[in-house]
Amino acid sequence: MGIISRNFSGRRSGTDVKLPPGQYLTTDFPVLSAGPTPRISLDRWEFTISNGSEVLRRWDWKSFRDLPSETVTVDLHCVTRWSKFGTTWEGVSLDTIFAGINTDAKYALVHSYGDYTTNLPLEDLMKKQAWIAFRFEDQDLAPEHGGPARLLVPHLYLWKSAKWVRGITLMHDDQPGFWESLGYHNYGDPWREQRYSGDE
Amino acid sequence: MWRVRTVTALRDETATARTIVLKVPDWPSHVAGQHVDVRLTAPDGYSAVRSYSIASAPNQEGSIELTVERLTDGEVSPYLTQELGIGERLELRGPIGGWFVWRPRQTEPIQLVAGGSGIVPIMAMIRSRVASRNAAPFRLLYSVREPGAILYREELRALSTQDHSVTYAYTRTTPKDWPRPPGRIDAAFIADTIWPANVNPTCYVCGPTSFVESAAGLLVASAISPEKIRTERFGPTGDRK
Repeated sequence: MGIISRNFSGRRSGTDVKLPPGQYLTTDFPVLSAGPTPRISLDRWEFTISNGSEVLRRWDWKSFRDLPSETVTVDLHCVTRWSKFGTTWEGVSLDTIFAGINTDAKYALVHSYGDYTTNLPLEDLMKKQAWIAFRFEDQDLAPEHGGPARLLVPHLYLWKSAKWVRGITLMHDDQPGFWESLGYHNYGDPWREQRYSGDE
Repeated sequence: MWRVRTVTALRDETATARTIVLKVPDWPSHVAGQHVDVRLTAPDGYSAVRSYSIASAPNQEGSIELTVERLTDGEVSPYLTQELGIGERLELRGPIGGWFVWRPRQTEPIQLVAGGSGIVPIMAMIRSRVASRNAAPFRLLYSVREPGAILYREELRALSTQDHSVTYAYTRTTPKDWPRPPGRIDAAFIADTIWPANVNPTCYVCGPTSFVESAAGLLVASAISPEKIRTERFGPTGDRK
């Protein structure tokens, strides 16, 4: 245990069971982005899956929205220490996106409009763990929260849930993304408190 | 890793903001714009952590300064701005962050845009420029609610007599005889005060989310290219800054 601050009491809540270590609960939805919010018109939007040398699949907004979607309610955990419980999203499961794609790649590099990238093991995107989300709490997803569409991977810190997503590159070798190259953890499991590089 | 650090001085900057000076004898040094995590632990073991920007330039003196704005509903900032005393110890982790930073080797023109306590990491950049005798031209656009909310007022005044301009924007109350009525910064104000796009400045924008959304959008609209704009936002519940 650390240094005790005698006059510090802090705020605790009864719902802490669901709170990963070092997080606090918020009811707001704070924004964290490294640059200006890109504005992407739907008639120019596209989403691609590639293997690094060729595009394997491509959707425009209409063909993407024609895919079957799901509504999920999940908890969010941001590395800046806020957590938000019970957020409801509509999106297309990555299992649906990857249906019919055969790959032996182990890693994914997700890239966004505005040039943001983030990396994760491909298996973390599969089996109902990740969605390309386009609605939040029954509204179209606002640009500052990643609209028109963002990745949603709620079991990892929220920087992995890339806003303004435009594609995924499948890779045999892991390659760090934006924050992963700037001192943040390569994997980012909130329950193991993997915030910064060097955390176990 | 978490390290125990001792408070060596406290300085009130405004009615709600306090600078905390900490002794950091084995500090790995930092880059202007980085932050630290501060951990407070209550007598029963409950602990809370928040991130705060470093306000001071890298120095040889083994000290760093944090400026903390008190949030009325904050969990950590009321303690840091009202209860904490000189000689007390805090747990710190850092420095952290490698994106919203300015390094003395940068020589291009710099446009700084701060909203409220978003000035803190930007002040570290200004101080780092002075300390490193870097000649890069800096401009600061600093938006505050009212004159009494300005942080580092005297220091900014002294600097702005050099090749370093500071422009204030007031959102609620202006000083007497101020030429511009109170209000949020808009496209015309941006056009009048910031580096023109053809100078190709690197821009750093820091403040509350709504301020950064608006200011960064205005910079893009003024033809500054988005990849030259770095942002740092803090939400209403985040104690950051």
